Amino acid sequence: MAEAAIRAGVEAYFGYPITPQTELLEWMAARMPELGRTFLQAESEVAAINMVYGAACTGARVMSSSSSPGVSLMMEGISYIAGTELPVVLVDVVRGGPGLGNIAPSQGDYYQIVKGGGHGDYFPIVLAPSNVQEAIDLMVLSFDLAEKYRSLVFVMADGNVGQIMEPAELPPFQPLKTQFPEWSVRGAENREKHILSSIYIKPEDEEVTNYRLLERWHAIESNELRYKEYFLDDAEIVVIGFGTAGRVAFSAVRAARAQGIRVGLLRPITLRPFPSAQIAELSKTAKALLVVEMNSGQMLDDVQLAVAGRAPVDFYGRMGGMVPYQDEILAEIVRMAGEDIPLEGDPRRRWAQRVNYGRNGK
Amino acid sequence: MVTTAPTRLVYQRPTTLSDTPNSYCPGCTHGVAHRLVAEVLDEMDVRGRTIGVAPVGCSVFAYNYFDFDFVEAAHGRAPAMATGIKRVLPDRIVFTYQGDGDMASIGMGEIMHAAGRGENITVIFINNAIYGMTGGQMAPTTLPGQKTTSSPTGRDVEVAGFPLHMAELLSNMEGSGYVVRRSLHDPKNIRLAKKAIHTAFEAQVRGLGFSMVELLSSCPTNWGLTPKDALTWIEERMVPVYPLGDYKVSPSLANLRF
Repeated sequence: MAEAAIRAGVEAYFGYPITPQTELLEWMAARMPELGRTFLQAESEVAAINMVYGAACTGARVMSSSSSPGVSLMMEGISYIAGTELPVVLVDVVRGGPGLGNIAPSQGDYYQIVKGGGHGDYFPIVLAPSNVQEAIDLMVLSFDLAEKYRSLVFVMADGNVGQIMEPAELPPFQPLKTQFPEWSVRGAENREKHILSSIYIKPEDEEVTNYRLLERWHAIESNELRYKEYFLDDAEIVVIGFGTAGRVAFSAVRAARAQGIRVGLLRPITLRPFPSAQIAELSKTAKALLVVEMNSGQMLDDVQLAVAGRAPVDFYGRMGGMVPYQDEILAEIVRMAGEDIPLEGDPRRRWAQRVNYGRNGK
Repeated sequence: MVTTAPTRLVYQRPTTLSDTPNSYCPGCTHGVAHRLVAEVLDEMDVRGRTIGVAPVGCSVFAYNYFDFDFVEAAHGRAPAMATGIKRVLPDRIVFTYQGDGDMASIGMGEIMHAAGRGENITVIFINNAIYGMTGGQMAPTTLPGQKTTSSPTGRDVEVAGFPLHMAELLSNMEGSGYVVRRSLHDPKNIRLAKKAIHTAFEAQVRGLGFSMVELLSSCPTNWGLTPKDALTWIEERMVPVYPLGDYKVSPSLANLRF
């Protein structure tokens, strides 16, 4: 991901060590100076995000990366960046939590990242890779999206995507930018001054800004939705999962297909914008939907909003840095193929009771 | 026959100070500090390559009062934001303008590490011993015994600890090239403050590392004093606690005269 960002023309990286994303920072520490670009290890994630904030004001391609507790610390700066309408790319390699948690793969930051996390009204673009190639490709895309929409773009990987080794192709080197946006702060030589700020002290002005952000978000929703469909043409059971959970679910879906079960997979690549319309459409024909996540059912909320009671929804999750095995998801698919799932009730509660709150052992 | 002496312009608004009514209270020395910064930048003729970083506090709108590129930081984070700008644009002149709550309280981490790195930026530090914008609460630089709205019986050092001496602290950092304390309470000291600001920016131009000018400043409104009495209060009460002087001067600046 670091090398992909370098090849996409990132000019400055500011970060702070935290497992499981430190390899990204270390790669930047070695590569950026040899390319004559900026690498700086900040004294904290708070400082790192504010360095990114300043560097982004120059119109250069800039980024940081962290993992869950570090991203929490960055949330103040993230809100300011959103309010100042700056293009910034951030990587969150999500680990088990809450609190210090652990360094194992998790998707427990879905609410925080996808719903914003910082204070105020704003909408980040959130990309969720499920393998190394996709992580590389989405890094390149993230800079283009950030600049196109003057937006924050999160690449939300779990610790598994962050740590795995597999063959992948790196993108070609892009030249560094030589043209900078009209709004950038680079010194007011022969022009009027530029001010970059997230302050709109008059509520009327702040509301105008809020509308501008909303309008831009609606354009993003219209143009930038990304997801992958597998075996959905005749699927009675629709599995929905992203990142590593989506990848394991894909293996489970293939195994279930081998058993003759008509099951398919929808894997959101953009978690925001979310493929709500596609899920709504699927819910009109599906017998039931299964949401698989490495958390206690956070994307589940968005799926239920999209399904709007048209079809039963079930949930299966692992938490705390645990990754579901293919067989666990397969067993859920087989169960759902053989029984009627109730339309009413709470899928999260049904799942927790099914696994007896984890006391059944795995 | 009427003869007139040729006119000579002796005083005008610096070109880098914009013609904008400011939000500062009567008698506040922010206006003086702004003007000194603008005069120095005019004299250095660097408007086109200067970028300011405004803080959170009374000077939150500083970007409106100067006429060059400016950004607005989160509370206390101006040195980190300035670092981001300076690292990407090392030939620009980047400075922060921060108050005591912003720099010495919530922004202590950012300022110490900026100095520790020898970040080649300049910091104008306004020390008026109080939180102005939020209405007169205790600051890290509030004097022992000083009454504020959050130390209504006077700062009790047993409870609230002692004032922080930022010039002394920052001068101990190896990355600092120029760290001094000046005061804005009378014309002589104002002139000395301007020279210090000029030297600090010159330190940055020469790449000598972190530079900071602490300016003892008045807050008549929140001190509950007239503007004139507030200046006397600086001289009589603040200067003994915060001695004026040069705390760190890089040897290559020693013979500089402005």
